[in-house]
Amino acid sequence: MSKCLKALAISLAALLLLTGHGSSTARPGEKKGALPGAQKIGIGREAAAKEIEGWTISIRPDGLGLPVGKGTVKQGALLYTERCASCHGEFGESIGRWPVLSGGEGTLKSHDPVKSIGSYWPYASTLIDYLRRAKPFGAAQSLTNDELYAITAYVLYLNDVIADEEFELNERNFVSIRLPNQPNFIDDDRETTERAFWQRSPCMKNCAPGGAQITGRAKLIDVTPEPGKGPKIE
Amino acid sequence: MTGMDHPKHKSAASRRAVLRAALAAGGAAALGRPVLAGAGNPANQPPNVPDWTRYLGDGVAIRAYGKPSKHEAHVIRRHVEWLTASRESSVSFTPLHELDGIITPNGLGFERHHSGIAEIDPADYRLILHGLVDKPLIFSLDDLKRFPRANRIHFCECAANTGMEWRGAQLNGCQYTHGMVHCVMYTGVTLKTLLNEAGLKPKAKWLLLEGADAAAMTRSLPLKKALDDALIAYRMNGEMLYPEHGYPARVVLPGWEANMWVKWLRRIEVGDQPWHHREETSKYTDLLENGVARRFTFVMDAKSIITNPSPQAPLRHKSGFTVLSGIAWSGRGKISRVDVSLDGGRNWRTARIDGPVWDKALTRFYYEFDWNGRELLLQSRAIDESGYVQPTKADLRKYRGVNSIYHNNGIQTWHVHRNGEVENVEVS
Repeated sequence: MSKCLKALAISLAALLLLTGHGSSTARPGEKKGALPGAQKIGIGREAAAKEIEGWTISIRPDGLGLPVGKGTVKQGALLYTERCASCHGEFGESIGRWPVLSGGEGTLKSHDPVKSIGSYWPYASTLIDYLRRAKPFGAAQSLTNDELYAITAYVLYLNDVIADEEFELNERNFVSIRLPNQPNFIDDDRETTERAFWQRSPCMKNCAPGGAQITGRAKLIDVTPEPGKGPKIE
Repeated sequence: MTGMDHPKHKSAASRRAVLRAALAAGGAAALGRPVLAGAGNPANQPPNVPDWTRYLGDGVAIRAYGKPSKHEAHVIRRHVEWLTASRESSVSFTPLHELDGIITPNGLGFERHHSGIAEIDPADYRLILHGLVDKPLIFSLDDLKRFPRANRIHFCECAANTGMEWRGAQLNGCQYTHGMVHCVMYTGVTLKTLLNEAGLKPKAKWLLLEGADAAAMTRSLPLKKALDDALIAYRMNGEMLYPEHGYPARVVLPGWEANMWVKWLRRIEVGDQPWHHREETSKYTDLLENGVARRFTFVMDAKSIITNPSPQAPLRHKSGFTVLSGIAWSGRGKISRVDVSLDGGRNWRTARIDGPVWDKALTRFYYEFDWNGRELLLQSRAIDESGYVQPTKADLRKYRGVNSIYHNNGIQTWHVHRNGEVENVEVS
């Protein structure tokens, strides 16, 4: 091979390496075959059980994550009045724009559906999980496990899910609680039920008879924030 | 304002001019309206020579972190006071009518918090990955930054965007009707990379994503998406995430509803079933007319909005050459076409797309026409590469009723009056 051809062969090989078409795609300093996602890179350290325990607050409908504890409806009533009622109302009816917790049974098909825990939520575990991670608003993760069970019991009582004031909720009987609206949830079915929205050739000309008539105006409702009412400009 | 700290370079007249300009800008900003480029002061216009052409301006690094001209002070996120009970659990909207192209500046991307902004010290940031894994791991921010990086440009849209419009036209302004969307370039590590580090157990099917805010916001994520294109991002548009967008790390789920893009990410638990937490049961489920609710409606359907003209951006010329502009996007892939109607959906013309067309990203479209000065009923219709055609509001209501709150991607109508004012309307 002439010097010239040899040089060409070397540069071709280099080019193949660079463009990744060669037999090896390893970059300098990289372990052979250590493509992202294939082999472990070894960054991060093993999490200690105590660290995981301190942050694992999630609870599932099957009871996974339920803390050990207990509380009665009666105990919950006192705690609820003290820490929840100022926003959610004495009976979960809510004050102002704060979320409604109770009532609304039979309203889901109406034009004013009330999506309360009793009328809409599918699982009681959602309630105790949310209380544990986010409540009271502004003092998250401050409730003891017994307080969690007591407030949950009382809110379920407000929703007629628990009937007895003396009922004690705990980690053993929790999964027996069922919310009435659970069967009325379905998984996303848009790609089948709304198949009509996939159109081969949408209409381009004279798509509806007559001229378009205005049927509604935002101006009539008049709820647009007024200019100048936005956040303060620094 | 720092420019006023150097009076020795300026005459009294120039200081008066600065003051005048500041007052003019402040006054207009207080009204939330742009300063009209058409107005102005003849003393600054030809043949006269304005102060800024005569006197020295600010030197370098006086504006150590730059911000827009004071004349653009009205270009801000805004919120709707009556919508929520408190600002800590509320939303602010992107001023879409003041932006062009496809990239949203970091300071203008809409906000949605459930318990306010978590202010996290990056030295204390930790991400725990555990559950059905071979080895539970804990990462610092420096750890996350050491992994191979990915750069992705994607739109991020709240499922409740346009949610106030289900029952009819409510809010006058695309900032309020469509401003819960933004589009930036994210930099981060793929979630697949992190899961690979921990090693998945055979039963792994779902992940729980949890934030470090005072709501400890959670969502369940199917493993399939996590292994497909999910990112743990720490940068947006090259900068570290802003606190309101999840500093120092958040989840990015291309094409999926923004509520799942958990901010201030602190924990990923691997499990075999979904957790059915508050944000995927009580909220972010779509109540249909028959009382049944859809859950796990992750994908954002194709959608578009005309940003100019629009109620906050009226036409200022009486007639003649007019540029109509807007954005389109789809959670199912690229935008393949956008159509525009000037007559409330009777006749359509295909808009001109300008700029990049990327997967699950905002796409900018234009339609230039000669406005005869008469009333217009403007609409836009997005079509994505899956063949999905953005439906009319009437068609959408046929399938969903009006109680859904979420996933309203119906075609928007703007009524342009003869005087150029624009109104949010619905048409037959």
